[in-house]
Amino acid sequence: MNPQLLELVNAAASGKRPHFFGDADVDRLLAIVWAMAGELAVTRERLDTLERLLAERAVVQQTDIDAYRPDAEAARERGEWQMEYIARLLRVLQQELDALRAASAAGGPNPPAQE
Amino acid sequence: MSASATHDDIARFNFLANFNKYMATVIAPGNAVAFRERVEPAWTQRQGEPPTTRVEVRRAMADDPHYRFWSALRRSGMEMRQQAGRSLVLRQAESLAARARELGSRHSAGLRLDASVAVPRYQSELDNHCMPGSYYAEYFEGDVSAAANYDAGMFATTTGLFGRFLDGAGRGTAAWLQRTRPGWQPRRILDLGCGIGHNTVPLARAFPEAEVVAVDLAAPMLRYGHARAVGMGLRNIRFEQANAESLPFADRSFDFIYSTMFLHETSHSALRRILDEAARLLAVGGLQVHLEQPPYRGMSPFEQFMRDWDCHYNNEPFWSALHETHLPALLRERGFATESVFETEIHALVEDEMPKVGNETEDFGRGGMWYACGAAA
Repeated sequence: MNPQLLELVNAAASGKRPHFFGDADVDRLLAIVWAMAGELAVTRERLDTLERLLAERAVVQQTDIDAYRPDAEAARERGEWQMEYIARLLRVLQQELDALRAASAAGGPNPPAQE
Repeated sequence: MSASATHDDIARFNFLANFNKYMATVIAPGNAVAFRERVEPAWTQRQGEPPTTRVEVRRAMADDPHYRFWSALRRSGMEMRQQAGRSLVLRQAESLAARARELGSRHSAGLRLDASVAVPRYQSELDNHCMPGSYYAEYFEGDVSAAANYDAGMFATTTGLFGRFLDGAGRGTAAWLQRTRPGWQPRRILDLGCGIGHNTVPLARAFPEAEVVAVDLAAPMLRYGHARAVGMGLRNIRFEQANAESLPFADRSFDFIYSTMFLHETSHSALRRILDEAARLLAVGGLQVHLEQPPYRGMSPFEQFMRDWDCHYNNEPFWSALHETHLPALLRERGFATESVFETEIHALVEDEMPKVGNETEDFGRGGMWYACGAAA
């Protein structure tokens, strides 16, 4: 995996992001909430697969899941996943910040915050 | 040739496909209700008459809470679709490029790239339908990530209406051709703005003896499309990097020239030059046909407004202009006799298990049914 390419995952399309509500913060918030809804569905689907496989093979009981504690390696992996997850949710803020930074790096006046 | 997806990647697209379907069937129709029940009456009370143009309808709808939520969610879904596709393909961009190279090398005559082909301003100005980097961004030599992303996400956007291999328009066009010109065997076929060849492959399959040339501006799309076609066992397509406004082919050298959902991504003047080229390249006895979303003429201002959403909020700057253009008139201006110019409807031909137009409500501009305009030489 090329880390420079991974940084491009959350790139914004050129052109101004439209806003539909009287207050553009509502659009931002909805974008975050909706990304979260998507990720919840992703998790739910994975969990559903897992539960069905476990039940099919009679491997794990509900009580085993409740009693599980991650070791150091598992905890680290979970932390990395959380960071990627949060970046996905807060994409909309990161993109605006990137644009601001790019304008500032170009030496021009900072663009006004999108209405 | 496609990117390999994890359980989460698939789940992300499953969510987006179901979300789009829910939006199209449940939320989008609410706009008509809001318009009829509260927006139009309030406007009429203020202005003395109902809105008469789509611009007025848009102005009237702008404050409606249902429309605002539908719009903001729709835009969010599109951005999420891009993010999901990019997170899928960019992490494997290098292995995808290697795979494309390997597949491509099995039939290297099928790909002709030309680095001197410049991206015209009407393409570079805005990232087309909110794809960061549009069709042509190359992050390294041999990159196909833009194409792999396009391929991976289109199924979610079109919720299966274009078929399992997203080739419903091409299959529909081949079937239409075989129905309207039974027994005809075009020797040379030209696909304009072919992208990754979703709709090139079905024509190459339907006419295995034909030499098919597929042109596009974007090298990543061509590289990927070529590898995909080779992987599917096809050897009669040549993917060629060229600007359809000025093509490096001889006069009257193609029997069948077509485009699918391409013209709306070109500018006013480019469209006219592309049609000039199609007229120049068409052989005597040949046929050209272009598939698009239906023109606005004859539609109510409200329906025009709904169909026009993409122009304003999905980086489709030429969408409105194209749908107001009288394509038959443009073809006549290029010397085609009135009786040889036609307009028709072409339906997507998809697998039995896929949804069909008619069973599903069309999502304004994403349904599996197209307006087609063409001319016989």
